[in-house]
Amino acid sequence: MTDSAPRFAVVGGGLAGLMTVIKIAERGHTVDVFSVVPVKRSHSVCAQGGINAAVNIKGENDSPEIHFYDTVKGGDFLAHQPLCKGMAYAAPSLIYLLDRMGVPFSRTAEGNLDFRRFGGTLHHRTAFAGASTGQQLLYALDEQVRRFEAEGLVRKHEGFEFLGPVLAGPNGPCIGLVALDLRTMEITAHRFDAVVMATGGPGLVFGRSTNSMINTGSAAASCYLSGVRYANGEFIQIHPTAIPGEDKLRLMSESARGEGGRVWVPRRKGDTRDPREIPEEERWYFLEEKYPRFGNLVPRDIGAREIYDVCVNQGMGIGGEMMVYLDLTHKSREFLDHRLGAILEIYEKFAGDDPRTVPMKIFPAVHYSMGGLWVGYERTADGFIDTDSPKNHMTNISGLYAAGECEYQYHGANRLGANALLSCIYSGTLAGPSAVHHVAGLERLAAELPDGPYERERRRWEERFAAIRCMDGPENARKLHRELGELMIENMTIVRHNDALQRTDEKIQELMERWHRIGNTDPGDWSNQELPFINQLWNMLELARVMTLGALARNETRGAHYKPEFPERNDAEWLKTTIAEWTPDGPELSYEEVDTSLATPVARKYD
Amino acid sequence: MSREVHLRIRRQDAPDSRPYWQDFRVPWKKGMNIISCLQEIARNPVDASGQRVSPPVWDCSCLEEVCGACTMLINGVPRQSCSTLVDNLPQGTITLEPIGKFPVVRDLMVDRSAMFRALREVRAWLPIDGTHDLGPGPRRPPADVDEAYVYSRCMTCGCCMEACPNYDAREFERFIGPAPLAQAFYFGLHPTGEMNADDRLDAVMAANGITGCGNAQNCVEVCPKEIPLSEAFARLNRQVNRKWFAELLGR
Repeated sequence: MTDSAPRFAVVGGGLAGLMTVIKIAERGHTVDVFSVVPVKRSHSVCAQGGINAAVNIKGENDSPEIHFYDTVKGGDFLAHQPLCKGMAYAAPSLIYLLDRMGVPFSRTAEGNLDFRRFGGTLHHRTAFAGASTGQQLLYALDEQVRRFEAEGLVRKHEGFEFLGPVLAGPNGPCIGLVALDLRTMEITAHRFDAVVMATGGPGLVFGRSTNSMINTGSAAASCYLSGVRYANGEFIQIHPTAIPGEDKLRLMSESARGEGGRVWVPRRKGDTRDPREIPEEERWYFLEEKYPRFGNLVPRDIGAREIYDVCVNQGMGIGGEMMVYLDLTHKSREFLDHRLGAILEIYEKFAGDDPRTVPMKIFPAVHYSMGGLWVGYERTADGFIDTDSPKNHMTNISGLYAAGECEYQYHGANRLGANALLSCIYSGTLAGPSAVHHVAGLERLAAELPDGPYERERRRWEERFAAIRCMDGPENARKLHRELGELMIENMTIVRHNDALQRTDEKIQELMERWHRIGNTDPGDWSNQELPFINQLWNMLELARVMTLGALARNETRGAHYKPEFPERNDAEWLKTTIAEWTPDGPELSYEEVDTSLATPVARKYD
Repeated sequence: MSREVHLRIRRQDAPDSRPYWQDFRVPWKKGMNIISCLQEIARNPVDASGQRVSPPVWDCSCLEEVCGACTMLINGVPRQSCSTLVDNLPQGTITLEPIGKFPVVRDLMVDRSAMFRALREVRAWLPIDGTHDLGPGPRRPPADVDEAYVYSRCMTCGCCMEACPNYDAREFERFIGPAPLAQAFYFGLHPTGEMNADDRLDAVMAANGITGCGNAQNCVEVCPKEIPLSEAFARLNRQVNRKWFAELLGR
């Protein structure tokens, strides 16, 4: 180890990224944060309902062990269990930490943190700040990072897009990154001893989803193109309740059901009456009927599938469409405004009806990716995480880490509501220290390395963007993106058929050919939004193939992955992680064993 | 002929170049917002005269009025382009302009980094002892948290800064602006923040601090989250006066 200071980069400034930053800065190291938007505008702000921790405020005998079990069962036993256990046991202390940072968590009469119900558990385990919990959590971390920034420990590069890692050789290690300044359009290579990806989910691969416009998955895809393994790409969460929109599908939080919201359709097919005029006995509360124990709070994969069945197979959707009522009108206005105000305002603003008096019309939408960059961990003999290991959250490329939605841990085949904020924050508490441990063991720091790899990568990316700028074909990138989204929504969401998946992969490859015939619509060299988008679109197409081929290969039904041709979970053949590795001929799939040593997989039942 | 939406967009190629106007027509769709109009233009970047143009550049991310990115002047009013529905605007041409108190980057995109710098200046954070496990935070009465929650929803969108007659990002040293001041107030509502109120009040009492507020109350009018900014400033003023007197009396 030399005298010069190690350099850390965190890419992405959502919950996972900022927690990583805090953990590194707290150890006295300087951290550079790269983000396409000011970090305070990261997609974590969109999380609404809350964050899980088994604090047992309600005296229900809840415990981290039950939280752990609910999580792995919710994920249909595809998650590596030691990380889930570590997360569930750390959750109460993380909630307390966030509270100390000033998050205005809603309170009980006694002044304790209040907790509400969420899907996939029978306990009140979800702490919340009104119905804008993600926003408040992100701001709390943003504030702490700003404090370190004021002390000179954090340097923010906002308005910079990560283009790709710099590797010393084909298999690593990672020694830096290449970034694009979204204003000047200048491309620069940067030296780092450890790079942590925290770039969120790939919702835009599906065109319209509940994700923000920045959630292209492009940064993670670029790592995949550089040799990082991508795991469980086929597992995409469809949220049962969203609000349709031309530009995006806005989330209607699970907390609406956690606070008593009921899902129903008219019992009579084609009933066109105003929902307020349909009497109680003529309403079909299909979730409550089929799942007496969990009712409207079944996990999301099940909820979305049931809505699909009722609307598509049985033709009972509102107006014959894929749409059902989510009804809160039996709750008092005061209660609703206090507990759910933020999301009800969103519905009111965008749908035009007041959900306090008229049942909401909602439908399922792409929401979250359980899959992502492959990252490892080191466990202890008793099944917890060895927090002194440099391997936690490291990808298969040494020095390159990933945390948050862009990696594949914690959620298996289906994520439980309010576990995302938790896994993002928890993964940051592991990835940051892990990167510090890694750098402590390095013989040479990036600052001393030769220029070669940095120059080579910078030039490669400059040439790539110069070529994109000159594209003058007849295709419009935004229209191609829309086509990709429609294709993926049609075939890669709630129900999957092998023949359709095969066709989808062929169509994606056609889109990849057409990508080469795009015409760049913006010749400008300042703040040009088209060039990065064309580059992102290629990466989205690459990811779309990973997702689709993973789904095609997996001949079973597990969590969010439902194949009517193979309607059962098949542990003997498919209790394994899908690994995709990039090759010039498309993704190459292999499989890896899942650590299920802490909770034996059983049939997953919620009725 | 099918219904169309007319948009008049103020364009500017670079921070120091001359602004100009362009007109666009996009097909009307039920429930469409300003963002979906701009997305439609990006898919087919042709102006109203049939000329191919570069698609207008604008800022956006969440599209559900919680990230604060997509602020612009819509028919002269600062607001979020995601939550502005075309059908809720008066019939006729819709004008889109960048908000004017911040330097234009390109077209409708402006540089609001001054707002984040201001948050640093007013020390908008709680100085926690560390991220290690120190057990539960302070118990707080539900009513106190409800009050604080309202201020915690500020998304740094800049609408209040735009509406404020005394604010201009290019003259930052004159007045720091309503949003950061409200955040300085917000942290005083937390038991930990109360312990180190002086840190923030020093910034609030600085030359570009609360004395720059002329009490025009335009900020409250335009805040998309309906944050009671003027109430925050009234109470902040009282805190400042108390501190000023205490210092005067040598305490």
